[in-house]
Amino acid sequence: MTLTVPAVNVAALKDTTLLNMGIFAVFVAITMVIVIKASRNNKTAADYYAAGRSFTGPQNGTAIAGDYLSAASFLGITGAIAINGYDGFMYSIGFLVAWLVALLLVAELLRNTGKFTMADVLSFRLKQRPVRIAAAISTLAVCFFYLLAQMAGAGSLISLLLGISDWGGQALVIVVVGALMIMYVLIGGMKGTTWVQIIKAMLLIAGAAVMTFWVLAIYGFNLSDLLGGAVETSGNPNLLNPGLQYGKTETSKLDFMSLALALVLGTAALPHVLMRFYTVPTAKEARKSVVWSIWLIGIFYLFTLVLGYGAAALVGADTIKAAPGGVNSAAPLLAFHLGGPLLLGFISAVAFATILAVVAGLTITAAASFAHDIYASVIAKGKADAATEVKVARRTVVVIGLLAIAGGIFANGQNVAFLVALAFAVAASANLPTILYSLFWRRFTTRGALWSMYGGLSAAIILIALSPVVSGAKTSMIPGANFAVFPLSNPGIVSIPLAFFLGWLGTVLDKRKEDVTKQAEMEVRSLTGVGAEKATSH
Amino acid sequence: MGHDAQETDAAAAVDFKEVQATEQFQELRKRHRSFVFPLSIAFLLWYFAYVLLADYAVEFMSIKVWGNINVGLILGLLQFISTFAITAWYVSYSNRKLDPIAAEIRGEIEGHEFDKHGNQAGRTAK
Repeated sequence: MTLTVPAVNVAALKDTTLLNMGIFAVFVAITMVIVIKASRNNKTAADYYAAGRSFTGPQNGTAIAGDYLSAASFLGITGAIAINGYDGFMYSIGFLVAWLVALLLVAELLRNTGKFTMADVLSFRLKQRPVRIAAAISTLAVCFFYLLAQMAGAGSLISLLLGISDWGGQALVIVVVGALMIMYVLIGGMKGTTWVQIIKAMLLIAGAAVMTFWVLAIYGFNLSDLLGGAVETSGNPNLLNPGLQYGKTETSKLDFMSLALALVLGTAALPHVLMRFYTVPTAKEARKSVVWSIWLIGIFYLFTLVLGYGAAALVGADTIKAAPGGVNSAAPLLAFHLGGPLLLGFISAVAFATILAVVAGLTITAAASFAHDIYASVIAKGKADAATEVKVARRTVVVIGLLAIAGGIFANGQNVAFLVALAFAVAASANLPTILYSLFWRRFTTRGALWSMYGGLSAAIILIALSPVVSGAKTSMIPGANFAVFPLSNPGIVSIPLAFFLGWLGTVLDKRKEDVTKQAEMEVRSLTGVGAEKATSH
Repeated sequence: MGHDAQETDAAAAVDFKEVQATEQFQELRKRHRSFVFPLSIAFLLWYFAYVLLADYAVEFMSIKVWGNINVGLILGLLQFISTFAITAWYVSYSNRKLDPIAAEIRGEIEGHEFDKHGNQAGRTAK
């Protein structure tokens, strides 16, 4: 297959800035109207955090896909495949297979036992205060890592579109993104946020579908020819084989295993995904929403395979790496190559919307966790009324928004998918063992939960701090320093088994027995849905 | 949050230990666990087998089967297919085997068959 690849003129992108901003402004205007309309019925805490539990399975499934298909999936995976070939595909597979853990073991049982947050389930039959605080802390930590990744994506996108790599310009746009996000969440609560997710998921999947179809059409709908094109442009036949990125040394191979473990076990422990199960009226709708999202997410990840190799073939790894925004710019550059400024404008607006919507989802999760778990249950000792709780949640939104803006300004340049994988590792270490143990292990105790959550959380975070991600390598966040004593860039392979082990050890060493009546109640409720929160009616 | 308190009260009156001990509930629990546990282990094994192959059997994964499409890509796409298949299988199993029995138990609890005082009254009558 001989196909001349016209060079993508990165400098020409600057001329399309106004168009991009115009398309983005239209999106913001439309969604803002919807958010304001949706927020009219926000009265109770259930309305604000859980959208009155009034969404249908398919609606919530689309919103989950919207929450899940973040900038990591779109910009990160496409870039990872374009540059690292097959090793980038691993992200797609891990991110998808992980949904089976959520579907089979967690979603419905959690929907039946909780109310608003992950801590509701974890503290159901254990000692309320300490477990709730631990769950809230780990929720905040995971959301923070995830937010960093999204904000890094925003930075990459901005620098590509505006052709600016100066600190002040990028910081300004991150401030704008953050301010918009705060407005969505403040005005719309969960209902508004869910609608933004739904619209954005449809736009993102449609945009990716158009690009996939276009790339395949160029290669006569022959996947083999597309792969051949990618090899030809890159001049490296190993692009199609595993190991390009992770196969270099024994350490990097271990890193690959670590990443794979974190990806597959992380999803079912992500607080912002778990919280989505509370926006539907029944467990059956929760199941429907997971099924719906598995299909949407799976199909989208098949698109990313074509987009990634398409970018490798049509744009070329060298152009991508040299562009402002680096790896994360593969998808927008491919759009520009295919459809010129108009498609680039559309795709960039969609990518912006993606970041905005995911950040909004994360923010409402973190705010709900702080207001409901720490403020209402611990500080006010259950005496706060719902109105005060929602007020605290709204204030928390502003604080988290400001933190996200600050974090985003500093977390530029890293691959977004890679950063999100760290959030997955933290979630799988801190939350998953306790979720599974409390749902399935009768003997599990408070001490086990605390050891597992604090042990898993601190192990994951300390190992990340001591890894090459933070120091000791050219690509590190602090390239000047070197305190990287832990060789792997993803901590999952150590911290996840450790958290499971600590949960077991804490339990068997705990002489205190938990309330058997509560255990019976949790088990019966989780499987039958008795007494589960119903939809609120207005 | 008036409706929340109400629902908690209704649930508090139920003797959950008694429900848990019923044969019907034990059957539901067994059906659920005997399906989700083996299936979870199976898909995790299949996933990690795939990851290990990609990590340590690069030559095998690089064998070209059809044009530029190699074993690695085919196994990767099979992961997608198995995920879709397991999803569909679980949904049909739940609809057939789990939902009816769960609804039955829920109906009985909501019909106050397991209320604590109702139960005690039964005992004194004997």
